[in-house]
This record gives sequence, C-alpha cells and structure tokens, in this order.
Amino acid sequence: MLPELGHFALILAMLLAALQAFFGILGPQFGRERWMAAVTPAVAGQFVMVVTAIGCLMASFINLDFSVKYVAQNANSALPMVYRIAAVWGAHEGSLLLWIFLLGCWTVAVSVGVLRLPKRFGARVLGVLGFVSFAFLLFTLATSNPFLRLEPAAPDGQDLNPLLQDPALAIHPPLLYTGYVGFAVAFAFAGAAMLEGKMDQTWARWTRPWTTSAWAFLGMGIALGSWWAYYELGWGGYWFWDPVENASFMPWLAGTALIHSLAVTDKRGLFKSWTLLLAILAFSLSLLGTFLVRSGVTVSVHSFAADPTRGVFILAFLLIIIGGALTLYAWRAPLLKSQAGFEFTSRESFLLFNNILLVIALAVVFGGTMAPLIADALKMPTLSVGTPYFNPSFATPMVPLLALVALGIMSSWKRGRLSEHQRTLLVTLGVAIVLALAVSFGIWGGSRVLTPVGFTLAFWIVLTSLIDPIDRWRRKLTISRGVLGMTVAHIGLAVLVIGITAVESFTNERDIALAPGQKAEQGDYQIHFVNLTPAEGPNYNAVRGQFVVSRDGKPLMTLNPEKRQYWVQRSVQTEAGIGTDRGTNILIALGEDLGAGKWSVRVQLRPLVNWVWIAAFIMALGGGIAASDRRYRTARSEAADEAGVVAGNAALAKGKSG
Amino acid sequence: MMKTRFIVPLIVFVALAGVLFIAVKRAPDKHFIASVLIGKPAPEFKLPSLTNPGSNVTSTALQGKPYVLNVWGTWCPMCRVEHQALMQIQQLEQVPLIGLNWRDDDALALDWLAQLGNPYEQVAIDKQGRLAIDLGVYGAPETFLIDAKGIIVHKHVGPLDMEIWKRDFEPKINAAPAAGPT
Repeated sequence: MLPELGHFALILAMLLAALQAFFGILGPQFGRERWMAAVTPAVAGQFVMVVTAIGCLMASFINLDFSVKYVAQNANSALPMVYRIAAVWGAHEGSLLLWIFLLGCWTVAVSVGVLRLPKRFGARVLGVLGFVSFAFLLFTLATSNPFLRLEPAAPDGQDLNPLLQDPALAIHPPLLYTGYVGFAVAFAFAGAAMLEGKMDQTWARWTRPWTTSAWAFLGMGIALGSWWAYYELGWGGYWFWDPVENASFMPWLAGTALIHSLAVTDKRGLFKSWTLLLAILAFSLSLLGTFLVRSGVTVSVHSFAADPTRGVFILAFLLIIIGGALTLYAWRAPLLKSQAGFEFTSRESFLLFNNILLVIALAVVFGGTMAPLIADALKMPTLSVGTPYFNPSFATPMVPLLALVALGIMSSWKRGRLSEHQRTLLVTLGVAIVLALAVSFGIWGGSRVLTPVGFTLAFWIVLTSLIDPIDRWRRKLTISRGVLGMTVAHIGLAVLVIGITAVESFTNERDIALAPGQKAEQGDYQIHFVNLTPAEGPNYNAVRGQFVVSRDGKPLMTLNPEKRQYWVQRSVQTEAGIGTDRGTNILIALGEDLGAGKWSVRVQLRPLVNWVWIAAFIMALGGGIAASDRRYRTARSEAADEAGVVAGNAALAKGKSG
Repeated sequence: MMKTRFIVPLIVFVALAGVLFIAVKRAPDKHFIASVLIGKPAPEFKLPSLTNPGSNVTSTALQGKPYVLNVWGTWCPMCRVEHQALMQIQQLEQVPLIGLNWRDDDALALDWLAQLGNPYEQVAIDKQGRLAIDLGVYGAPETFLIDAKGIIVHKHVGPLDMEIWKRDFEPKINAAPAAGPT
C-alpha cells in the first residue's frame, strides 16, 4: 500500500507545483489578487505531499519491502538500519526525490521569508520555484519513479553500493543537494526581478542571505565528498578533478562570484545585470551537475548512477529552464541601468576583478570537464583532461585572486584611496612573507617554488582580515554579523590555502611490501605491521591489519586498515586506517596480498590535509554568520546607502501597496 | 549594440546545449560501439614497449592465443580503481593481459606499475593515441578481449571488476578456440 500512496502523493505534488507556478507567475502579471493568494497554500500542500512521498519510500526501505524495485536494487536484509535510510538517496530515483524534498524545504522557508516583501514579488519568487519543482516532479514521474513494483517480489535485495555504505557519504548527498537546490532560490529571485522588470539594492539585500546559505551548504557538501574520497577510495588525495567533483565545484565557484557581486549590488546598486546573470549561472551549473552525473555522458566514480536514456529529458529540462531564464535576461537586462560610478582602486573594482578571476577559474574547470564531451560530439579524437591540465590552469587565476582578497579588504567603497592604507598593506605583507619563509624552512626544512607564495598569501589574508575587527573591538565598536561572517570566511580561505600548500609541497607517500611482524620507516615515523586478523561486519567479511605508528620510538597510535568483501555485491573495498599526529595525516591502506605472507601496504603522510576540510567548514560557518545579519531581516533600509538608485525602491514599495 | 550584449549568454547556452544533445545521443552508442568492432579483426599495431625499452609490442607477435588489451593511463582515476581487479585477474592466469598506456608520461606510468604492481605481460605505449582511435576507445579504462586469430571478441567500457570479468570475459575465453594447451 505504502508505495502506491507515495506514488499518488507525488502526482498530487506535481499538480500542486503546477498550480503554484501558474498562480505565482501569472497572478502578478494580470494583477489577480486571488491568484496570488493561492500561491502559499499550494506551496504548503505540495510540501505535505512531497514529505508523504519521501516518507513512504523511507518506510519501504526500513521495512525492506522487496516488492518495490528500487528497494530491491538498493538494499538487502543484512543492511544496517542507518544505511537503509541513506539508501533512499543511494541511486538515481531516490536522489531526485531527495532533491524535490529539499527544494520543498527551501520553498517553505522562502514562503515565510517573502511575507515581509511586496506581495507581487513574493508570488513571483514562489512561482518560479514552483516551476522548477514541477519540472523535477514531471521528470521523476515520467522517467525515474522510485515506487515501481517488482512482480514477483524479490526474495532479497541486491544491496546498497558498498562505496556508499559509509557515514560521510550517507550525509554528503543531502548537504550537497541542499546547496544545489539553494541556488534555485537565488535563481527564483533573479527570475522574479526580471519578470518585474525592476531590480534595485533592496532586491540584492533580500537575495543575499539565501545565496550565502546555499553557498555554505554546498561548500560543506563538497568538503564531505572530498573527505570521503580521501579515506574510502584511498587514492591518496583530496581532489581529483573528476567530472562529478567538478560538477559540484562549478556552482560553488559561480556562487562565490555571486555572493561578491551581490554585495556590490546591495551596497552600491552596481553590477545589476551581471548579478542576475551569475544567479542564473549558479543554478544552471547546479542543474548541469545533475545532468552530468545522471545522464551517463561522463565516465566517473559516480557513474553507478548513470542512465543515458534519461539524458534527453534532462536536456529538454535544461533548455526550458535555463534557456527561458536567459531569454528573459536578454529581454529585460538592458532595462537595468546603474547610475553610480567608482574609482579604479575602490572596493568595487577589486570585487569586479574578483568576479573576473572567479569566472576565469570557472571557465577553466568547465572547459576541462566538458572538453572530452565536446570533442566526442564533434567527432574529434578522444580527449582526456586530468590533473596536469587542471592544477596549473586553475592556480593561474587563483594566485592573483588571493592577493586581491587582502587589497579588497583594505579598500573602501566608491573612492580609490588605497594609499591611506599603503603602510598597513606593506607591513602586513612583510610580516606574511617572514612568517611564510619561517614556516616553509623552519617547520619542514625545505620548499617548492610556490610553497612560500601560498603561505605568504594565506598569512596576508589572515592579517588584513583581522585588522578591522581588532580595531573595532579595541574601540569597543560593534562588529556586524555581515563583517564578522566575511572575516571568518576569508580566514577559512586562508586556512584552505595553507592546507593545500602544505599537502602539495610536503606529501610523502609510498607502497611497501610488509609481512606481519615487520617494520618500516617513513618520514619521521616508524610503522610496525603487528598482525592481520579476519573480521566480520554486518554484511561483509574482512581482513584487518594492525599497525602501530611511532615517532622517535614512542608509540603514537594503532591504525586498523581493512580490506572488505561485501557478500551481496561481491566487491572488495579498502578501508584505510587514518590517524593524525602534529597536523600530519597518516593514512595506511592494505593493498594486495603479495604472497609469502607479504602485503603491499600504502603509507601516506600528508601534512595539514585536514585543514583543507576544516577550512571548508570555517568558510561555511562564515557564510552562516553573514546570512544571519540583522540587516537582511528588515524589509527596507532605513537610510539609503550612500548615493544609489532609489527609484526602484519606490516602485517596489508601490507594488507592495498595490 | 548595447542590447546584443545581453543575448550573448543565450547564444552560448544554445550552442552548448546542441553539443550536449549530440553527446547524449551518442552516449548509448558508447555501450554498443562494441557491436561495430566485435567479430572484426583488431587493428594491427607495432608500438614501443614501456617495460622493455627498445623493444616493440606487436599484434603479430601476440597472435596465436587469446589476449586481453587494457587501455589505461595514470591520469585516469578510474584506472586506479580498476587496477586491483586487474591484479586479481592476472593471478587467475587465464589469459595474458596486455596494457595499452594511453596518452601518458612514461616515467609516471612506470612509477604507477612499481607502486601498484604490474598485472601486464607487456605494456605498449600509445602516446599519440593512434591505436586507441583505431580501437574506437571512448575513454580509459577500456578492455578488449581478442582471440587467437586476432578477432575482437568482447569489449568493456569503464572499470572492470571481478563480477564483470566472471560474467562477460570468462565464458568467452573458455569458448575461444585455441585457448592453448592445458
């Protein structure tokens, strides 16, 4: 019964989404008050239906109802309870349902948030979100229904992909999708502004907290995925420029550009059409991410989810949503004019450069990800792009971007009086250089060319970020959450740069042949392979190695890497043993049984690699703090920010009363 | 002039959508490309050997017994995933594995084999990707089963695992003529 109920709820959700889109978009267009009034009930109804649907699917997993095809394909009676729940999004159909559910959550939050905004505008935002939701529901029902029955029911299921049976990967998709879907909100605000034909500083203020929250979730999702790849796949790295990783990274880059461009639109009323374009771009890339992962056009780690037959549908979907938005943009954006100007070394121009560099970096990733596809489509020789392309091409725009962070923080809006801060900038830069050299040579006693550069830029960002907050704190002035969030996020960026620089410069990895009882030396560490014992998990058999890691003869930790054989899917998984000492991440993974009692053992020493993931969470925290600024909670500004565009405000205020 | 600027994103998007459309249309082909080549002779090749510098790996020398040609590169993350399975397959000693190191750096490739183990009997270097094009390789890893007469019997796109090996390759190896003396 439950699957049928879920299926039915999904159909009702689609109809309600259609109503939400219809009333939300056309109501304001024709000035129909009652149409607009119907939007919020449609949102609520749709959400109830979507929750019912995902609840039914979850219940089918918990009860292990193998008469449901999707359950039979992704669960097994030996699967632990936690993973039965995570199995809901373990494959394509359920992932889509998760996406729809999260879009529902965002929409409900937005429907509360827009209560303070002009009614027409709010209806339009919800209308656009309804349209996106409708398209996803239609796609799910037409091509990827998770509630299909299996006739006759399977006696037992095929189990969840063992790669996904991991705590980090159980929560990675929900976080990542929360970010992806969050950009739908920025997209909807952009859509509403274009339908309105007006956009001003207040618009940017409304949009900012939503965008920043989505960006923060996406960042955490990416970091969790990277962490998972590090210890679960054991390839020895935190980033592989894999098409699916890139697919999640591109919207993040676009979102980062959007956050900064929104700041300019908010404070100065500039970059309006550019901000709109970035909002469309960020969401388009989120959709493209889904497309790349789900359509089977790329071969990747995640290709277990691929199905080429769905590709055409997704493409049609992209054409309507993105094509529609860009058509609207081509028609409406020319109407948006910015009156204000700015000087060359003002904050506006630094943020402009920030956007240019971020878009270049985005283009680099996009080009590398799409090149094999484009070459294939044009029947050119097959092209493969890997780290040798990505690392240098990505670093090229990133190094100047990092230098700009420090300059941008010290600059002021509108006026280019950077010379006032010349001394501070030079002093902080000098201190950063000294610190960087001290760290490179003092701690690690060696360096690659870019090592001190990376450290210098990171320290410079930290120092310049701290100057203003410390100054305000000493003068007992309040620090707004917006400024605090920005500072935290920039420090997070610096932590990321330090982490990446250290890992890329000082990693020490090798494979050694070891038999139980033998010892090996690597870097500062002695590794003692104590023994190898059989182990058994709920749905797998394993061999577990015991390794004692010591430094200067003192035992530090015991690591237990495993090699697991999952019963149902017959696949072998490596579980690395991981520990940390003095910031260095020590990873031991069991390789092959070399015979004669020997095993190939991979030992990796990666200094500060943990910082890479911690940094992502610091940045997300910064985003969270900034998004909670009181400034965003008031509908209209009390005082107009400097000389900006005021006409639009008046027009929107009129919209509210009319 | 002012207005055309705002149409550019739309034009770029439509062009890109066109490319994606072709890619999607061709995506299913990838899995059936095999049908074009299966039953046909494998292209002849003579390529430098990675592991024995100075010597060559040639299709003529390989003829006479079935072999598996595995296309890989150190730049390909899925090849690393596949590597474990290749090591296991090699231990079964059912058929020799011939590596085709595709568009790669020799030093990196040798390093890879030293670190992860070498499952291959021979490794040919295809720096320009000529043979890969003749074989219709879409992306690494790809694996071909070639019988004693040099005919392509099976092709697999994407990483191999033991399950795929047992299901798709073993029956065909056992069925292949002239499997060698046992």
